[in-house]
Amino acid sequence: MIMENNESNMVTIHVMGKSHEVPGDLTIMKAMEYAGHQFRRGSGCRGGYCGACATIYRTKGSYKLLGALACQKMVEDDMYIAQIPFSPAEKKSYDINDLRADANAFMVHYPEISRCLSCNTCTKACPQDIMVMDYVQAALRGDVSEAAKLSFDCISCGLCAIRCPAEIVPYNIAQLARRLYSKYVDGPAEHVLEKLKEVEEGKFDAEIAELQSLDREALKERYETREKRL
Amino acid sequence: MSGYPESMQESLRLVEKTRPNRVGKALPEMTADEKEKILQDWHPDFKSDQKRALKIGPSKGMLVPHEVADNLEAHTIIKPGDIDLSNIDYDVDVLIIGAGGAGLSAAFLAQENGIPTEKILMVQKLRLGDANSKMSQGGIQAAVAPDDNPAIHYLDVIGGGHYENKPELAELLVREGPNVIRWHEELGVMYDKLEDGTMQLAPGGGTSRKRMLSCKDYTGLEITRVLIDEFLSREIPFVELTSAVEFIMDDKGQVAGAVLYDMDHDEYLICRAKVTVLATGGFGRLHIQGFETTNHYGSTNDGVVMAYHAGANLRDLDSTQFHPTGAAFPEQIVGQLCTEKLRARGAQPLNIDGELFVYPLETRDVEASALIRECYGREKGIVTPTGMRGIWLDTPLIEVINGEGTIEREFASMLRNFNKFGIDIRKEPMLVFPTLHYQNGGVEINARCETNIPGLFAAGEVTGGVHGKNRLMGNSQLELYVFGRRAGVFAAEHAKNVELGELTLSHLDQYEKWLDETGIETDRKAPILLPEYRGKKTLKHQIKLL
Ligand SMILES: Cc1cc2nc3c(=O)[nH]c(=O)nc-3n(C[C@H](O)[C@H](O)[C@H](O)COP(=O)(O)OP(=O)(O)OC[C@H]3O[C@@H](n4cnc5c(N)ncnc54)[C@H](O)[C@@H]3O)c2cc1C
Ligand code: SF4
Ligand code: SF4
Ligand code: FES
Repeated sequence: MIMENNESNMVTIHVMGKSHEVPGDLTIMKAMEYAGHQFRRGSGCRGGYCGACATIYRTKGSYKLLGALACQKMVEDDMYIAQIPFSPAEKKSYDINDLRADANAFMVHYPEISRCLSCNTCTKACPQDIMVMDYVQAALRGDVSEAAKLSFDCISCGLCAIRCPAEIVPYNIAQLARRLYSKYVDGPAEHVLEKLKEVEEGKFDAEIAELQSLDREALKERYETREKRL
Repeated sequence: MSGYPESMQESLRLVEKTRPNRVGKALPEMTADEKEKILQDWHPDFKSDQKRALKIGPSKGMLVPHEVADNLEAHTIIKPGDIDLSNIDYDVDVLIIGAGGAGLSAAFLAQENGIPTEKILMVQKLRLGDANSKMSQGGIQAAVAPDDNPAIHYLDVIGGGHYENKPELAELLVREGPNVIRWHEELGVMYDKLEDGTMQLAPGGGTSRKRMLSCKDYTGLEITRVLIDEFLSREIPFVELTSAVEFIMDDKGQVAGAVLYDMDHDEYLICRAKVTVLATGGFGRLHIQGFETTNHYGSTNDGVVMAYHAGANLRDLDSTQFHPTGAAFPEQIVGQLCTEKLRARGAQPLNIDGELFVYPLETRDVEASALIRECYGREKGIVTPTGMRGIWLDTPLIEVINGEGTIEREFASMLRNFNKFGIDIRKEPMLVFPTLHYQNGGVEINARCETNIPGLFAAGEVTGGVHGKNRLMGNSQLELYVFGRRAGVFAAEHAKNVELGELTLSHLDQYEKWLDETGIETDRKAPILLPEYRGKKTLKHQIKLL
């Protein structure tokens, strides 16, 4: 159920320079709304899955520039906030069927990957705690499996890309790595294709037709007494 | 250190105490009569004062939640006189509205079926993929196991939907399952596999086989981002931060495109299209009965409203899916989803005494009812500091049953999202309560994804009929690709034979007239496009000067 805000513990946040008093137990996103902001850009899933709400901030007395997801990060007193709802980056067009799972795929489409300085800035910037540098390095080595697995939780928020001194866009590399891994390293599950063949041959048609011929009571009886193999 | 306050510690100790004795135990599933009774007594859908019959439109008389009725019995946000239809910004064969799984699939298949790439347009309210499709955690159903098949799947779908599904749609759903998974694997979706290369399969509420495929607990994220990568690679035209707000009709009664609204510039744009595919998803942000929701920011029922204005039939909108397990603590993430797969892998719902009270994998409507009854009927819920009631979901049990490391491997998103607020779900249970999740009904379609209005196709959560009165976990993800793909195929076919007439918005005048004749006096307007979450003070002082 939707609850009222708890206004007993207020903190001050500074959104692009403007100060607001907000309840201290809200996320940055909800606090900005409480303060009067209506998101158009910068709010998507509101649950940590889409990366629309990438935000950078500093706290008072600290030189550190930090990144967070506005929908996942609680406000702190004297937080200076700016949103980065978009990170300019070119995603290359490719036909996945024409590629091979090796370092060349990355070098051809994202040659800037070879400029990686191994500075680890990207890893520190990632709100998902992903080992970003490690997956970039894995891709550079042509270790597609490692790059795919390490980057799996990436939500393309762009925070790594805007901090990278070598101007690499890690999440584009990660996306290519995962598709290559699935298609060429892992490959399709045979039993899916076998089942598909049976379906196409019409093996289950009679059974489905029979179920559709039953009246509601008979269908109910069938459902309630169906065999379960869990 | 515990992530829960002192007031909840005593109950937590009971959970820990009873845990060893609960391993491998489950209460039996309810009988058909018990299920019927608990739904009647406790499911929010069965509260008769929470719905009303629609007073106007093609589905007049249909019972829908008040929030949906408010949305439909409202003024249109644009008036025909304000819009110049003679200046066409986009002139296309196929317009697709909504870039979730359904819309993206439709775009691919329209392209593959002969529509020139530049004659397709995708419009999207937020960014590509800022959609419910990206949020799905638990998985997608498809009958791919050796001991499973579409007929077995069919019976689960129909029984789960309380025999109210449209049989031809349910049949297509199950039949196409293996083909959709093949397609995903060809595109490069990383499904969870076992050592031997077969799919890792889990059960779900109401399934009679292990049929749930997954990509960790980021299933929707993984599938959607692959589709977006492919979409961008194919260079299909699209425009983001732009909403469709009303359909444009022609003088032959066909849907002929849409009025679009650029949300950066507050500017309208005209798109003329031979065929339109509606794929705008669900209505979670209407907060039915005041429930928190799992849905993304843009799920505001726009598609149903626009289609209804144009004369589309609706169905099954009286039934709403409340997911049994939304977060009830901490406050910051109340309402967000705690995937059903947690229960599939052994997490048990427990009351304040740390005791079992329900079979963990009932269908969602029954399971949700049992949680509500435990909290509000039997007074055995756990009360949070803000006064919310919840039920424990004993996640540490997952590691007891399946071995240490299982949660990190299979529930990375759950682990992360709770960790951010100081709760380690490997060591402590989650606190949960039902949350508004899914719109079971919607715009009526046939097997070709056609609505009753020529030129308007629809697919995905915005439609009704596939799931009847209750959807099973994993069947919505499947639906998107099955019906999104079909919509693309048949829309392409249809586009080849369309001659558009004179463009008009006269259906909006007609709708206003109905409102007037019915005596509906209101200042409500729809579609609302975005939910209103601004603070009270701001809203009180709203003024538009610029
Ligand atoms: C948190 C969560 C978890 C889920 N987990 C599962 C699961 O495990 N298994 C399963 O099967 N199902 C699950 N579901 C359900 C399933 O994911 C959704 O039903 C499904 O993704 C809907 O897809 P869609 O393409 O129809 O709509 P969406 O994916 O919601 O896409 C619709 C798009 O249209 C856009 N849009 C809306 N209005 C307009 C407009 N006026 N103009 C332009 N664009 C517009 C929206 O912004 C959105 O991007 C889950 C849902 C949620 C919310
Ligand atoms: S890897 Fe980069 S884009 Fe992906 S989640 Fe981390 S910071 Fe965001
Ligand atoms: S920030 Fe850029 S240069 Fe530094 S490690 Fe990451 S990818 Fe390499
Ligand atoms: S809004 Fe999607 S990650 Fe924050």
